[in-house]
Amino acid sequence: METILSIYQMLPVWLQILVKIVLILAPLMLLVAYYTYAERKVIGYMQVRLGPNRVGPKGWLQPIADAVKLMFKEILIPTGADRTLFLIAPLLTLGPALAAWAVFPFDAGVVLADINAGLLYLMALTGIGVYGVILAGWASNSKYALLGAIRSAAQVVSYEIAMGFALVGVLVAAGSLNLGQIVAAQSGGFFHWFWLPLLPLFVIYYISGVAETNRAPFDVAEGESEIVAGFHVDYSGMAFAVFFLGEYANMILVSALTSLMFLGGWLSPFEGTSLQAWFDWMPGFGWLLLKTFIFMFFYLWLRATFPRYRYDQIMRLGWKVFIPITIVWIVVVGAMQVYDIGWWFDQGGS
Amino acid sequence: MEKVIHYLRSLFLLELWKGMSVTGRYLFKRKFTLNYPEQKAPVSPRFRGLHAQRRYPNGEERCIACKLCEAVCPANAITIEAEPRADGSRRTTRYDIDLFKCIFCGFCEESCPVDAIVETRVYEYCFEDFEKAEDAHIMTKEKLLAMGDRYEAQIAADRAVQAKYR
Repeated sequence: METILSIYQMLPVWLQILVKIVLILAPLMLLVAYYTYAERKVIGYMQVRLGPNRVGPKGWLQPIADAVKLMFKEILIPTGADRTLFLIAPLLTLGPALAAWAVFPFDAGVVLADINAGLLYLMALTGIGVYGVILAGWASNSKYALLGAIRSAAQVVSYEIAMGFALVGVLVAAGSLNLGQIVAAQSGGFFHWFWLPLLPLFVIYYISGVAETNRAPFDVAEGESEIVAGFHVDYSGMAFAVFFLGEYANMILVSALTSLMFLGGWLSPFEGTSLQAWFDWMPGFGWLLLKTFIFMFFYLWLRATFPRYRYDQIMRLGWKVFIPITIVWIVVVGAMQVYDIGWWFDQGGS
Repeated sequence: MEKVIHYLRSLFLLELWKGMSVTGRYLFKRKFTLNYPEQKAPVSPRFRGLHAQRRYPNGEERCIACKLCEAVCPANAITIEAEPRADGSRRTTRYDIDLFKCIFCGFCEESCPVDAIVETRVYEYCFEDFEKAEDAHIMTKEKLLAMGDRYEAQIAADRAVQAKYR
């Protein structure tokens, strides 16, 4: 351990950063792979079937088999397609989903780039994510792909507003854009986390996150019944796989951010109670992972439960329900903050 | 007031939670999936699978070429040609069942006066190599008799169980 650490310290700075990036991305990619497996398993179980169980013990090697299959498949490029944009588009969905992890604090102080505008950076990157979908739809030169892309663009832009307002609430409550400080502002145990004072924002943020990642029940962008697979009909092989990597990485990101901003990130739920002594062995990262898994499971649960929204209903929900509620609640949070209402904003229970 | 209740219900996502509780319960229910090649669904003695022709214990084929099965077959899947044999008994020279036409209704078995043509429990079969044999889907007399020889014990047992209902 010592030697590894000393070798690490001898490396030039850019290599050190590269090592950190690999340390974040490699487990993330593994998580994405097994998230697809978990999705098929969980949805299968909810539909009273078993899900994949053929490749390897209990189907554990299924995602690897899928990856190998996709890697060996031909990447077809339609004749009428714009080659450059067609190939850049999947990278544009994956890139921001991965880049966003740069400002994500995994534990107190464990973060690749501890920047003060972390929240803004995240919103910018989720905003860029939609370009991949739009470009894919446009570059495919196909009506179904274009329709899917248009739907996705309109939907993501609408929900981004609600999502942004929800984050403004977090910002008001925490008094900082730095993700680490947002978590620090929630210290003091389960009832000091932001889910309680920001309950409507919490729910809206998560639902907007589901809509933002184009997942069921908001997955009209790929509505198979009417536009085949939406923006990625013309993609195959690894290009198609990259879209899916991006989609699942985004889902994990939204889950992780929800737990970071509303469920106290790496903080233990038993902080300040007598139970804390029993859970001292749990590292902060463990708590974060646990909370993230809860929201990742919710993604699958939602998909297994709800039919797809009608498009006008999606728009109605985004514009006429979520945005008004968030605006009202920002005012409420502001009032609570200014007039010191409730115990939740006493930082660290002081 | 009703409106207020409606708004509260939708704001707290009551209906959605109800739906999710259903799927949540189903997550833990017993699964009905059968791991097919390892586990198989139980098969009834009345199961109507691949056909076979039976023989008497002394090795003589049962079929007497009465052509009742050919007549009753709703899909016209059976073709029979017959001639008297050297010992004077009437036997088939050709007995073909076209499995592409057959609808597995079991009428041939019902109509047979000597229990010659039967349908077995065998349902796992396929036709391969149409390049080599274009008539792979035709159950000829040889194939039918071979099926009968192979599964006679099972066939006889199934008929015995069913005897009181026939």
